[in-house]
Formats: sequence, structure tokens, C-alpha cells
Amino acid sequence: MMTPGVKALEDEIESRVDAGDRFAGLFATRPTQGVGVAGFAPVTLSAHVSTPGGIDTLEASLPPGAESYPALTPRLGAAFWYEREIHDTFGVVPEGHPRLAPLVRPGSPETPGDRALPRHVTGYGMFTIPHGPVRSGVLESIEYLVETPGEAIPHLNMRVFYKHRGVQDAFNGMTPADGVLLAERTEGIASVAHALAFSHAIEQIAGCEPPTTAQLVRVLHAELERIANHLDVAGRLADAAGLAVATARLALHKERVMRLVSRLCGSRFGRGVVVPGGITAAPLLPPAQLRAELDRLAKPIAADAAALMATSSFLDRLRGTGPLTPERARQHGALGPIGKAAGFADDARLARPYDAYRALVVPSARSHVAGDALARLRVRWEEVDQSFRLLRQVADDLAERAPDLYSVTCEPASGRAVGWAEAPQGEVLYDVSIEAGRIARCHPRSASFHNLVLMHEVFTGDILTDFPFIEASFGLSVAGVAL
Amino acid sequence: MSIWVLRGLRDGVATTRWPARPDDYADTWRGPARPLPAAFSSDPEAALKALCPTGAIAAEPGGNVRVDQGKCILCGRCVAERPDVFAWSQGATGPGAAALTPNQLIVPELPETDEAVEAARARLRERTAALRRSVHIRHVDAGSDGSEEWEIQALLGPVYDVHRLGVFFTASPRHADVLLVTGAGARGMTVPLRTTYDGMPDPKIVIAAGTDAVSGGLLSQSDMTTGGIAATVPVDIWLAGSPPSPFGIINALLVAVGKLAPDPPPARMMTGPRGGRRSR
Repeated sequence: MMTPGVKALEDEIESRVDAGDRFAGLFATRPTQGVGVAGFAPVTLSAHVSTPGGIDTLEASLPPGAESYPALTPRLGAAFWYEREIHDTFGVVPEGHPRLAPLVRPGSPETPGDRALPRHVTGYGMFTIPHGPVRSGVLESIEYLVETPGEAIPHLNMRVFYKHRGVQDAFNGMTPADGVLLAERTEGIASVAHALAFSHAIEQIAGCEPPTTAQLVRVLHAELERIANHLDVAGRLADAAGLAVATARLALHKERVMRLVSRLCGSRFGRGVVVPGGITAAPLLPPAQLRAELDRLAKPIAADAAALMATSSFLDRLRGTGPLTPERARQHGALGPIGKAAGFADDARLARPYDAYRALVVPSARSHVAGDALARLRVRWEEVDQSFRLLRQVADDLAERAPDLYSVTCEPASGRAVGWAEAPQGEVLYDVSIEAGRIARCHPRSASFHNLVLMHEVFTGDILTDFPFIEASFGLSVAGVAL
Repeated sequence: MSIWVLRGLRDGVATTRWPARPDDYADTWRGPARPLPAAFSSDPEAALKALCPTGAIAAEPGGNVRVDQGKCILCGRCVAERPDVFAWSQGATGPGAAALTPNQLIVPELPETDEAVEAARARLRERTAALRRSVHIRHVDAGSDGSEEWEIQALLGPVYDVHRLGVFFTASPRHADVLLVTGAGARGMTVPLRTTYDGMPDPKIVIAAGTDAVSGGLLSQSDMTTGGIAATVPVDIWLAGSPPSPFGIINALLVAVGKLAPDPPPARMMTGPRGGRRSR
């Protein structure tokens, strides 16, 4: 197949984005066999563009042997991290990219003294606070280089590569059945969403459709995962504000949600449920008991959420903190609660529904424009409420249904497809290629990867003590960024 | 603020008394897969091995089946496909929880493991003798998937509340007695992990928390990991699980600091006022 050049790809993405589509990702592949000597095989750029009905893939091949191409980032800011990842992985240079430092793969070790110097903002009294990769709490490894004159944060630099695990390469050669296990462990706190996005891609290639019961159970676990994640974020925000009782209450609710998940499937993270073609087994709790458990959870969570959102000392710390403008959210295509809080709501459950979301009534959400940490938390509480309503529908539907099959045969031969799912952090994409029944290439794109880069931009007027609030309000996982 | 005082009293005491008292959730916890007692299979060796995505299953030509729980990612495929040979471990302190050598995670145990375990126990006892009632933990993420961090954070919540056991988390390696490491051993974390370890005062104890930290799990073959953290720091306690349960982590912590013997039957652990037999 002839593919257009990089310039044509750039024009195409730009016109699509101008027309209202969303830039959803960019990655490169270099076939290891087929065209000439492996090392000289041409690199292909693949861009994902999200449309109201699905995800389109646009491609451009570099000329064979080309070691560089004109960067997309100057015109398409959202490609900033994607092109750094391409540079890390293949050594191909996007010419004109503003900053090609290592992002996902650790570069050569540098002398420790280097990082203590401010790099982007210079002047009298400017210094850099390196924070990480070993953090002060029980957190994932990431390094923040905070450039500051003392309180303000004129520039923030993030280094995520410390915990790069080589997930993408590990998919190669796996069977789809093994691949879904790795997808669950790509971003552990969004195991279900990753397993879903991966399975959707496989199901598209195989041309199969999971049975209705399986679709309902998938929604059940996806929504419980969302509630647990949002409770986690709210708890971290309360902790940052020093609200000991609120922190404990929210941790208690989160633990109860995770225990419900483990009573349903044996795993506290909903692992081992979703497989290509359906689910592995029926929920271990009967629907009536599930319904009762949901009611028992929902009420105290709503009450504590209301109390938290009426605690003025807490709200003072969130209001106006870490604001993302609606304009930037739209330009970047900000995903999940971060986008929704800034007026850019592209929820895959509504825009590109999958599984039982097609049949269920997804309650509509209020729109927000403030884009600050407070708006992000409000979005999360609304999503929790929305999730409980969905879950009640699911429990009722499961109660009415006669037991049927939990999965259909799903054995893809060859092909390529993009699968998606709405994780608690936002849309997750899996671009999967299958050859002779095995994974030839799998490119996961988490919402965390797409959204984390926005943290560079939200420190306008915020100071060092706002940092934990902003980090927690983003609610992302480093594992999904560094892969 | 006063609303929070009242809200805090709402549910009474949510904290478990485990391990001093039994806890239903801990006892029914679904741990890694294990072969059924005297599991014997006449299947060709390869057929059983092929069930496991991480190669945790070994079938001897004679028919004995063993599971290396240090490699088990709890996917449950072997249990689902061959319930006549495999089952889940039950309880957070069952076989394979908090082992002193990687081979001790193999069920049923290998005949030669005992000696190695005894030697490891002696080494550990030497160091735990210096620890008093309270210990401080430094956690390092060496390439986890993020779920292990959630389970460790849960220990600080009201349900598990490890402060009741004298366990505290510290930001500085200088205050730490125990290094709790998660993740498959990402190469980028090799230097930070080693620096943290070197920064801790002696005596120090290292826990590999989770199947990823023990063996690398599904990423054991990745060029970007060291296939477990033992390549970077000397591990004392090996804890399987993907991720391990909060109870499993508490158990490993108590074993690490000598408050629990490493592998008595669970019943014995639950006697005694504060966690049963002590090594001192």
C-alpha cells in the first residue's frame, strides 16, 4: 500500500482536528522483516484520530534509510511527547522538535550535579528542586525537576523513564490470551480498561462479539474500577489538605469497593475477568446481593463526598489550583476528567460506545469550564454517581437474564485493529497487529501518557505547596506512561 | 470541621485485628495457584507447562507437578483448565507467602530447600535481633504496574492500619530498617534502588513484594528489566502475588522484623496477644 509522506500526514491531521476530530496519538513502527535489511526497513508513522464513531488510523512512511523527518510538534503541540517516544525507540530524529531529551527510555547516565541546575528558566536565585524518582511517600517512580525562585514554579520538567519496563516489546509473539494478561499489568490501577481496549482490538480482528451477559459483566468491573480510582484521587487530595478523617473515610470506602471486586472475581483489581471473546466466569455474587452491596456502598460515599465538598478549608486549596484552559484542553485533546473539567468532554462510553454501554443509559454529565483541581474533583464525584447508576442498571439486567454463555470463540488469524475503552483516567487505545494467531505488534496508549504532559502547563500562579494537589488531581499512573 | 469529628465515629472501628485475631477476608484471600496435594498427572510434561504464561509450572517426568509461586501471576488459567491438578492457595499466610528463599516459593517444596531456608533464617534472625518494637519502612517502586503501590498505601488506611503493629513508613532511607521493593526491576531504577539500599543503615532487610519483584512476572524476559529485583539488591523476604494482598504484605513485614516466624502453620500465628511467637 502506498502511504503518503509526513507532510501530507501532518496536513491531514490538522484538517481533521480543525474539523472537530481529536488527535489521539502517534507512534512509529519499523518492520523487522520483509523490506531489505532489517535495520534499513522504512519507519512508518501511525497517527490515531478520534471521530464521533470510532478511531481512524492515518499513516505515513519515511523513505527507506531515512533517519529523520520534519517534526509534527511545531504545528501539532499534542505530538510533543509522542515524537520524543519515537526518537527514544527508533533513534529517528523529528527535525525541528523543541526538546528531544529521553522520555520513556533511560538515556545515558548523567553526572548528578547537572540536574541541580535550572535549565529553562535562569536568573538570580533560580534553582532546581529534584523530586524523585524515589518519592517521599508510597508512590510510583517519576522524577520532577521543579525550577523555582523559591515559591513559584515557572517551569517543571518530568522524567518518566525510570520505570520503563519494555511492555510494548513484551507483547510481541504472545498469543492474544497471554496478551490480555500483560494488558492488565500495563497500567495496574486501570487493569479492566486496558484488558477491555486490548480485547476490543482482538475481537475486531477476529470479527466476534461477546455475549450480552459478558458485556454487562465487563461494564460492572469497568465502573467499579472507576469508583475505586476516583476515591483514591479524592483521598489523596484530602490527605494533601491534612484532613485526616476524610482521608481515612475515603480509604475505607475504596477498600470496601476493592473487596466487593474481589468477592465478585477473586482479584481486587478485577483481573482475570476480561478475555478476548467475553469473560472467564460469572460473577461470584448473585445479582440481588450485588445490588444490595452497591446500595450499601453508594449512600455513605455520597454523604462523605458532600461533606468534603462543603469543607471550605479543603475547597480553598483546590479552587483555582492547577488550571487548564478550555482552549488548551481542546487543542491537546485532554482526556478523561482532566478534559471534562475544562469543557472538553470526549467520553468513549458515550461517543464510541462499546460492550453493554450501547444498551445502557449512560447518565449525562454536567459541563465544567474552570479546569482547576476543584473542577476535576467535581467531575470525579459526578462520574462516581454516574457509575453507581450504571451499576444498578447492570445488576438489574443481570438479575433478569437467564444464564447464557460467558464467551465466544475468539481466534484472530491476521489483521490489525484499534480497540478503545474509557479508563478512569480517560480513553485507552490499543493498536494491535496479529499475524498467524500471534501478536506481531501491540501499541498501548494510556490516558496517562496523553494527559501527563499537560502538567507542564498548569502551574500558572501556583506555588510549591500546591504541587501535591495538582499531582493528585491529575490522578494518573506512571506505569501507563513509561510502559 | 466538626462535621468530620462526627463522620469519623460513624462506622466504629474498621480496623482488622489480624494477625492477633483471625480475619475472614485474610483467611479466604485467594493466593497464587498450587498443585493439589499429591497432584499427579500422566499428561505429557509440555501440556501442563503450556498452561502457564510465565513458566511457573514444572512437571517431572515421573508425574510430580510443582508450581513456582514466585512466577505465578494469579491468572488462574491452570485452575480453570485443570481443576483436577491445580487449585488456588487460600489465605494470606498459606504456602509460599513470605518465603526466605526463592525456592521456598515452589509448591510442593523441593527436598533440598530446607537447608537453604534454615541458613536464610539464621541470617535473618541475626539482623532482626537488633530491631526493637518499632520498624520503619522505605518503599521503592522499581518498575511496578502501579497496583502494588495501592496495596501498600492501603496499609496506612483505617482497615489495615499498620501503625498498630509498630510499622511506619519513612521518606528517608537513613531512618529505614526495611526496604520494601515492588516492580520487575526496571533498568532505569537500578541506580536509584541501589542508592536507596546503600543509604540505609545496617542492619537492613529487603522485601521483594509481588511476583514482579520476585521474578519479573510477564516482564522477566524484557531487555528493560532485570527480571526481579534480586539482581540489584540482596532480597531477604520473597512475597508472591500480582499484586500481593495487603494481608500478605503485613505478613511479610512481620516476618521481616522477627515478629512472626516465617512459616509456621497459620493457626499458630493467630495465637498470642500481638502476633504470636516472637523470635526473641
